[in-house]
Amino acid sequence: MIQKTSLETLLIKNYLFKGLIVFLSLLMLLPLLFILFFVLKNGISQLSWAFLSELPKPVGDTGGGVLNAWVGSLLLLATTSVLSVPLGIWVGIYLSEARNSKLAFCTRFCVDLLQGIPSIVMGIIAYIWVVVPSGHFSAFSGSVALSLLMIPLIVTATEETLKLIPNTLKEASLALGVPYWKTVLKVLVPTGFNGILTGILLSLSRIAGETAPLLFTAFGSPFLETSIFKPVQSLPLLIFNYATSPYEDWQRIGWGASCLLILSILGFNILAKVVKRS
Amino acid sequence: MADRIFKRSLALSGFLVCLLLAAIVLTLFWRSLPAIQEQGFTHIFSANWEPNMGQFGSKPFIWGTLITSFVALLLSIPFSIALAIFLGEYFKKGMIPSFVKSCIHLLAGIPSVIYGFWGLFILVPIMRNVQEFFGIEPFGVGLLTASIILTIMIIPFSISMAQEVIEMVPNDLKEAAYSLGATQYEVITKVILPYSKSGIIAGTLLSFGRAVGETMAVTMLIGNSNVMPSSLWGPGNTLASVIANEFSEATHSLHVAGLVQLGLILFLLTFVINLVGKWILRKLKHELNP
Repeated sequence: MIQKTSLETLLIKNYLFKGLIVFLSLLMLLPLLFILFFVLKNGISQLSWAFLSELPKPVGDTGGGVLNAWVGSLLLLATTSVLSVPLGIWVGIYLSEARNSKLAFCTRFCVDLLQGIPSIVMGIIAYIWVVVPSGHFSAFSGSVALSLLMIPLIVTATEETLKLIPNTLKEASLALGVPYWKTVLKVLVPTGFNGILTGILLSLSRIAGETAPLLFTAFGSPFLETSIFKPVQSLPLLIFNYATSPYEDWQRIGWGASCLLILSILGFNILAKVVKRS
Repeated sequence: MADRIFKRSLALSGFLVCLLLAAIVLTLFWRSLPAIQEQGFTHIFSANWEPNMGQFGSKPFIWGTLITSFVALLLSIPFSIALAIFLGEYFKKGMIPSFVKSCIHLLAGIPSVIYGFWGLFILVPIMRNVQEFFGIEPFGVGLLTASIILTIMIIPFSISMAQEVIEMVPNDLKEAAYSLGATQYEVITKVILPYSKSGIIAGTLLSFGRAVGETMAVTMLIGNSNVMPSSLWGPGNTLASVIANEFSEATHSLHVAGLVQLGLILFLLTFVINLVGKWILRKLKHELNP
């Protein structure tokens, strides 16, 4: 027996389904807009020159800023870049050049798995590798943890970028008698430079908000530190400490710091888009 | 000559990455050994977490991790599939999808700790009201609160995967269905979804792996209790949140070893989940472009 469905019920079903999909999609966007609105509303009023240029004050004193936190964050990001960018790009070149060797297959697999390791486990590793032998918390150990997270991101970005460069470019260079290593470093890498830079900026924006691996490596500090061998404060750590504190003054500074962190992550993203377009 | 050195150095860097992963695994094993030896292998999965007595049972935390991630997954699936269809089929081009996409991008970029902060101030009071309404002890924090924040956090990741697969469905197939008189609803439920099923499952598994490893937001919202969770409303702990809470306060080396052991379990858990997800994806890509 053939089941008969009238055209009307079919159409009604069609529109109901579309309505349901649109409704669920918009419902999903609500929390996001709400979170952004809430952070900006509570945070933007905190941002001021004093907020950026002063050290935190003890509980009870009004005012105080996050100078040590953003300086510490910059220090961590800079050290992390120095540790992870060269190796990441080099491995990325290797993967895009040696596509079919067994070692390349193995490396790609390892990069994939490294990317999936939870950030807090990287914190444990950096604690065991750096903090235990040196005997104290330090910005350097925090950077080691962040580098372990950043290396796979840079490898993938470099590999994807270099793979998109047409083979004819490489062949033309080789045909002119340019040695292979010069072809790769002076032709392929400069051609993909923008793409690689975009990848680095996007990875930095991912790393900038990481808190878990810093809990027992960079550790946090109430002072302004510029040495990488001392514990430093960072924005995400400060947000965590102030968010869980019972003092309203501190929570307010926490909102300001959250706002600053989101804006800088947004900045990295916008910069990455600008670089990609140019 | 220079070429040979260049190629060698490239291969060496690749080898270095493999070594890095091996070193991470070995470090975790080696450093958790004291705790495993202290209590015997069988007690690793017991329910007693008494660091001062040399008891490092991880059962409550494994359950806490699996329950929060699984609930988050269940809550996120309808939304992520809806959004993927929204972007992959209904609104492919124009202002609306680019706005929605940048929203999702932004959502993926917000740090975990800020989700936790927001959760403490908005979600916890709401949950307290809900719990009072149901006549349960109003903790506010707990497994369900952590699951809800996890849901919001993992949706962007499962969407991007699902949307990619939905866009991969060949146009011929859809056009064939339309030419037979199928409505858009029928095309979506009878052609697109069955076709992209395994991709959606793989994406879901990979976002499950993310949820399992999430630390900060969960630590701030789960209530931090080291006993077996008795209900979804009550407090608990996940593998990651115990490590975050206790690691910097662990004074004797055995306690640290116990926490490293939890790190090892967490590592193995995400390792297996990612492996299965990647395997499904590889098989799928192979099927689509043989």
